[in-house]
Amino acid sequence: MKKYSFIWLICLPFIIPFLLIPAGAQQKNIILATTTSTQDSGLLDVLIPIFEKKTGYFVKTIAVGSGQAMAMGQKGEADVLLVHSPDAEKKFIAEGHGINRRLIMHNDYIIVGPSNDPSKIKGLKSSSEAFKKISSEKTLFMSRGDNSGTNSKEKAIWKIAGINPEGEKWYQQTGLGMGQTLNVAAEKKGYTLTDRGTYLALKKNLGLDILVAGDAILLNIYHVIEVNPNKWPKVNAAGAKAFADFMVSREAQEVIKTFGVDKFGSPLFFPDAGKKEEELGK
Amino acid sequence: MDLILDGIKKAFWLLITFDPDVMGITLLSLQISGTATLVSLLIGISTGTAIALSQFPGKRFIVSLVNTGMGLPPVVVGLFVTIFLWRSGPLGFLGILYTPTAMILAQTVIATPIVMGISLAAIQHLPPKLKLQILALGATRLQMVWILIKEAKLPLLAGVMAGFGGVISEVGASIMVGGNIKGYSRVLTTATVMETSRGNFDIAIALGIILLLLAYFINLILTQIQQRERSR
Amino acid sequence: MNQSITILEAKNLKVKRGGATLLNIPSLSIEKGEILALIGPNGAGKTTFLQTLSYLLKPFQGEIFFRGKKVETNISVLEYRRKLAMVFQEPLLFDTTVFNNVASGLKIRGMKRKEIADRVMEQLERFGISHLSRRSAKTLSGGEAQRASLARAFALQPEILLLDEPFASLDPPTHESLIEDLEHILYRTRTTTIFATHDRLEALSLSDRVAVMNHGMIQQMGPPEEVMNYPATEFVASFVGVETILPGKVIKRNGGSFIASVEGKEIEAVGEAHLGETVLLCIRPENVTLSTQPHREATSARNLFVGRILKIVPLGPYQKAHLDCGFPLVAYVTTHSLEELSLNEGKEVRASFKATAIHVVRKGAG
Repeated sequence: MKKYSFIWLICLPFIIPFLLIPAGAQQKNIILATTTSTQDSGLLDVLIPIFEKKTGYFVKTIAVGSGQAMAMGQKGEADVLLVHSPDAEKKFIAEGHGINRRLIMHNDYIIVGPSNDPSKIKGLKSSSEAFKKISSEKTLFMSRGDNSGTNSKEKAIWKIAGINPEGEKWYQQTGLGMGQTLNVAAEKKGYTLTDRGTYLALKKNLGLDILVAGDAILLNIYHVIEVNPNKWPKVNAAGAKAFADFMVSREAQEVIKTFGVDKFGSPLFFPDAGKKEEELGK
Repeated sequence: MDLILDGIKKAFWLLITFDPDVMGITLLSLQISGTATLVSLLIGISTGTAIALSQFPGKRFIVSLVNTGMGLPPVVVGLFVTIFLWRSGPLGFLGILYTPTAMILAQTVIATPIVMGISLAAIQHLPPKLKLQILALGATRLQMVWILIKEAKLPLLAGVMAGFGGVISEVGASIMVGGNIKGYSRVLTTATVMETSRGNFDIAIALGIILLLLAYFINLILTQIQQRERSR
Repeated sequence: MNQSITILEAKNLKVKRGGATLLNIPSLSIEKGEILALIGPNGAGKTTFLQTLSYLLKPFQGEIFFRGKKVETNISVLEYRRKLAMVFQEPLLFDTTVFNNVASGLKIRGMKRKEIADRVMEQLERFGISHLSRRSAKTLSGGEAQRASLARAFALQPEILLLDEPFASLDPPTHESLIEDLEHILYRTRTTTIFATHDRLEALSLSDRVAVMNHGMIQQMGPPEEVMNYPATEFVASFVGVETILPGKVIKRNGGSFIASVEGKEIEAVGEAHLGETVLLCIRPENVTLSTQPHREATSARNLFVGRILKIVPLGPYQKAHLDCGFPLVAYVTTHSLEELSLNEGKEVRASFKATAIHVVRKGAG
């Protein structure tokens, strides 16, 4: 009999946790679909605990690209979105999938690349000019290729530059989040377009320099959108509204303003609640 | 090289100081994968034994299905479980997407065919007359099945370990159905992916080392079992 | 104890698989304390018979009665099975200690620990394996394992013991010592036993009755001497060990005996046969005597033939000589007389056997 009891001994650690897993209260859950950049920068790790403590809601942050975040919203699989793909967002609202689109913050996109800068784009004012040089020099460019906000922005710039890089040998798509794409670009010594926040968070290990910044088109603007509860009755509308309200509140805006200063010497995001999109970058 | 060395140093620091974040993630991993393994044991051993002991038309087909299931790609499982658990999906009413429960569900789906396949093989490898001998000793059908399972306990234990090893190191399904939510559904593998993409290589390495240690212990136990089996 | 009680009765047992009849037993009854040997070649249906009797093989047609109670109707299969114990050719021990193995059947019956321990120790002692009690069953030798398997069966104190060639895969010395022990134990316990074997000596030494099986049927059943000396059919004759079977044509009848022509030689045999009929003459090798002296009339053997030794096969204490006397003949010679007569292959000898030692099988009689 002694021999068989050891089987139970092995099973025991499996049984105990079964009793420990908490069953989350349904109406207290909010599904926040957001971009990898907000998660990878660590901003949400600061903001969400404050919100949860204040309201008692439990936020499930699903970090995907802006494209997928809106796809989730479109199916009612998320309650609230924090995204940075303005053109797609406008379409999203226009089609009735979301309501209450509100400006939260911005930072900017930058073009980064190896410090030896083989395509000599450093100091260029226009991002499309920089892209043109990269394409004519055929130096490696890493694209997210995942329909995220960053990816949409990048595609928009290629369009302005009048180049279709798809299928070119020097143009590679990672299909990964921003942080990982930056790692890949650093490893392969390629250029890429990134949001400043993620870049600053990862900068210490990358060996990539900021080469082009400040172009008006490079603004990276984050909005919060509540998924339309009329379309999807299962959506936690009250929770979504509470979260969106919190994001534009003084308290959250103050956190955004100072987030990253202690670590990187400059903020990663600029709070914009109450402003108009057109005013930004002016 | 500096990065790796620093990473490993920091990783060990996190480990020996029992960093609460790292420990929390490890514990959650063990809970989720452990529960999934337990559930898959109940389903896998009973079903596998039942298939092994019964004769029915199409048995060969079922066995081949189970064996195929042993190599079920986690991301495919993740995808289908996600679709089923969507609010608009057939199981949406449960409201368990992006919860540890969903992860247990997905991991159970991954581990069950592994446990089932190994149970099936283990029971089938017993001498066919053993079943008759047990019945001849006056056993009821239930007693017979229980004795057979005990006879196959070593390969079955290997099945347990293989199932647990499969799910604890699995990332695709976990991130899809669990959402990698901090302190809630963030497990060793999903956290490793995320910390890597955040550039926090030290934490990523620490998590990686824990995963490696777990894998090492699982293999250690497996090897012990196999050695014992061989020495007889 | 002289009063006989029928403990087991089978009627019209039939097992069919894919159109072939594996077993066809119109009727069989076993008395309490009886030891029945099922003897037959591999595939004769012995195992099928035993497994059917113990309800391990299904489906089958027919009925089985235990002490007059019909199994399934008046007594449940489980209850019936718990009156039996079965030992297979393989020991089929469980992956645990010898003690736990011998205890397993009792544990299944939910018996109390103390009682289990008593019974197990008794059987371990009886089979001479007490010292192996704590050993893992996987470390036992073939003989030890089979002893444990028998002890497991006897621990149940079964009313009927079914043995399916339990000694077949053991080496000869182990085999012999185990048979001897089993014989003593069976003699003491008077356990009703049905055992399958393909070894006629085993059957001869252990059983009260022998049933010769072939093609799923009982060809002949009776006390072992009767079956071995008077085989009813050619198959039984060849199987129970009558080594020489000669077809002969009856050419002369002489009141209770006849002369048959075999390959041109005349053999006298005692028995009934028609003139011109072809019969089988069964001559057991132990009934043939060999000599080298040319004229030795001081023998009552009526049949005397000159032949040559083709081959000598040693069989332990005696040797088997294959002769050519114009027809084939097999004789047993003790190793002692083999040396005395300096017999060797190619040597010319005189072979004689009594007319009464010939068992006559009339073709188509079975």
